[in-house]
Amino acid sequence: MTDQLSAWQLILSGDAALFAIVWLSLAVSLSAVVLAALAGMPLGALLALTRFPGRSVLVVLLNALMGLPPVVVGLAVYLLLSRSGPLGGLGILFTPTAMVIAQTILIVPIIAALTRQTIEDLWAEYRDELTAMDVGPAGRMMTLLWDARFSLLTALLAGFGRAAAEVGAVMIVGGNIDGFTRTMTTAVALETSKGNLPLAMGLGLVLVAIVLAINAAAWGSRVWSERQAG
Amino acid sequence: MRAPSSDLPLVLDNVSLQAGATTILDRLNLTITPGAPTLIVGPNGSGKTTLLRLCMGLAAPSAGRVSWGGRVDSKPVRRAILFQRPVMLRRTAAANVAYALAQAGTPRRERAARVAVLLERVGLFDLAQRPARKLSGGEQQRLALARALARDPQILLLDEPTASLDPAATRGVEEIVLMAAQSGIKIVMASHDLGQVRRLAGEVIFMVRGALCERAPAAGFLDHPTTQEAAAFLRGDLVI
Amino acid sequence: MAFRSSSLALAVLFGAIVNFAPAGAEDRSIVVASTTSTQDSGLFGYLLPIFKAKTGIEVKVIAQGTGQALDTARRGDADVVFVHAKSQEEKFLAEGFGVKRFDVMYNDFVLIGPKSDPAGVKGKDIETALKTIQAKAAPFVSRGDRSGTHSAELALWKQAGIDISASKGPWYREIGQGMGAALNTAGAMNGYVLSDRGTWISFKNRGDLDIVVEGDKRLFNQYGVMLVNPEKYPSVKKELGQSFVDWLISAEGQAVIAGYKIDGQQLFFPDAEKKGS
Repeated sequence: MTDQLSAWQLILSGDAALFAIVWLSLAVSLSAVVLAALAGMPLGALLALTRFPGRSVLVVLLNALMGLPPVVVGLAVYLLLSRSGPLGGLGILFTPTAMVIAQTILIVPIIAALTRQTIEDLWAEYRDELTAMDVGPAGRMMTLLWDARFSLLTALLAGFGRAAAEVGAVMIVGGNIDGFTRTMTTAVALETSKGNLPLAMGLGLVLVAIVLAINAAAWGSRVWSERQAG
Repeated sequence: MRAPSSDLPLVLDNVSLQAGATTILDRLNLTITPGAPTLIVGPNGSGKTTLLRLCMGLAAPSAGRVSWGGRVDSKPVRRAILFQRPVMLRRTAAANVAYALAQAGTPRRERAARVAVLLERVGLFDLAQRPARKLSGGEQQRLALARALARDPQILLLDEPTASLDPAATRGVEEIVLMAAQSGIKIVMASHDLGQVRRLAGEVIFMVRGALCERAPAAGFLDHPTTQEAAAFLRGDLVI
Repeated sequence: MAFRSSSLALAVLFGAIVNFAPAGAEDRSIVVASTTSTQDSGLFGYLLPIFKAKTGIEVKVIAQGTGQALDTARRGDADVVFVHAKSQEEKFLAEGFGVKRFDVMYNDFVLIGPKSDPAGVKGKDIETALKTIQAKAAPFVSRGDRSGTHSAELALWKQAGIDISASKGPWYREIGQGMGAALNTAGAMNGYVLSDRGTWISFKNRGDLDIVVEGDKRLFNQYGVMLVNPEKYPSVKKELGQSFVDWLISAEGQAVIAGYKIDGQQLFFPDAEKKGS
């Protein structure tokens, strides 16, 4: 019990090492969400609005990739970035950059698949009006993405949740280096393997509390936005 | 500057539309020319909505040809449509109108002024910054009208726009439609309300089962219909 | 308006991402592949700040099982390896992946078991203890992860004359995880486990576990350090890595190692000879 409390004490006393871990976790996962959104949202919207042979196969594949095991993604990225791998020359293995890359790959399918569903549903509603206003393909995508922004925020939160919670990918490509690539999840894994279970649990609860706070903030911003723009 | 082109006369040449085994429109021949409002009436399922969608270019005929000012397959440059339930973009009323103006090619520096003019015209000037989805049904329909008028249309198609509105809201919409007609816009409007027909129509098109049954000036149609079905319809019988 | 604040947020985030861009050539850091037991003992937390203060070199430790650590180096992803499984290290050297191997320090293994000692092995020598455990099919937890500790365990079974791969039954639990996890598992199933003393001293979740066999000469655990061969991987930070190796076996480094204590107990005993092999 004292060890569990000690995790909270560390937070409240502003322990530098713990703050560094928290900051890294948030920075890595939030960066991954931003990048995944930039890639995944246009992809999802495109899939929603176009028809081509093989489209249904792609949709099913994308939905399935939402369940990509993080540790498999981590391994694949590790093999790519290893010095003996094709991208070894970049020298970014065991750095936060590699962690961002791995998490981005992990959550692009989630954001893309959820975007596709949201935009497809919205297009059914907006189709006549947008066609009547002679809106071109690019315009449709932008308009639908913007009008769907509250639902898409939920997709982003789903992606963030997945990224912030995973340990397999960041452990393998980051190496859990003390003071450099240690995140909350890898810290929990480490403390557990060391037998410091109460401390591990305390850290875990801190992580949950932070993710909760982020979701609450997103909810608040949505409520405020809806008041402005309906 | 838009190319000087016209969407009128709007000609439907032997147009049919099938959906699977069902015939929705059956060998329709119709010409719409500039003039007083044309109101389309008929029982549910007679094809009024489909006719309007075809006239707008939202649907394509299974047989026959639709042409606008002699052109087939034309982009909807000088025409606009209003649906029974308009879809409001998730932004303010003013932004909705600005969007329509942008899509119609209005230069950016003119947009603010045009938005103000259009909102004034439909009586929504004071609600410019209100989120469009928070407007009442009547207000939303008037906003949809502002969006349609933003396109500077020659022809304005309306599909039972006041069917879900209360009388006060209905009057608001009708006033704007009449103003538009007076400014030279050709109105083609489906209606369920014979009173509305009497108030607005120049001529009436009566449809039954996907075919044009009768076409006559308003007063003539309402008081002295020539076909049996029209007479039955006006009496209030179910026309099957 | 909402659009502009979203763009601003995006710009801030991109700034943060850019901060992650790998540092330039002035970056004085090395990657050391080592083992979880060394990490868990807390030695690095004590040693590395002293090294950094002296040389300005940042040491980034990737802690895995010995087998994995050597494989990481084989892939060129580490500059130095610091592990404790001499036979595996010598194989690594023979394959040409290491430059030279130096002894650094040793600690010892201890056999951990329940205080109640159901198999009755307390105080015996390690060979007898293992034979008894196998004969009585007492629960035994193995790291099962090609770590230095795992190698040592397998060697001990062999020395006791037991072919463990043939005679293992449900009593022998291979968990494929680190030392802390193995101790947790042993505690949970009232079983026996071979552990390094360092991890045991700092292990907090002891429950009913205690040392049952110690001090046997065969439980000696030697640590070695090697620079990864820059001829195999030119990206290896040769000079910085060599500084670390040199410091570990220097009188100063050896004194620091001896100075690391938990609860007043010294964990590691320096034994570098400097000639290496």
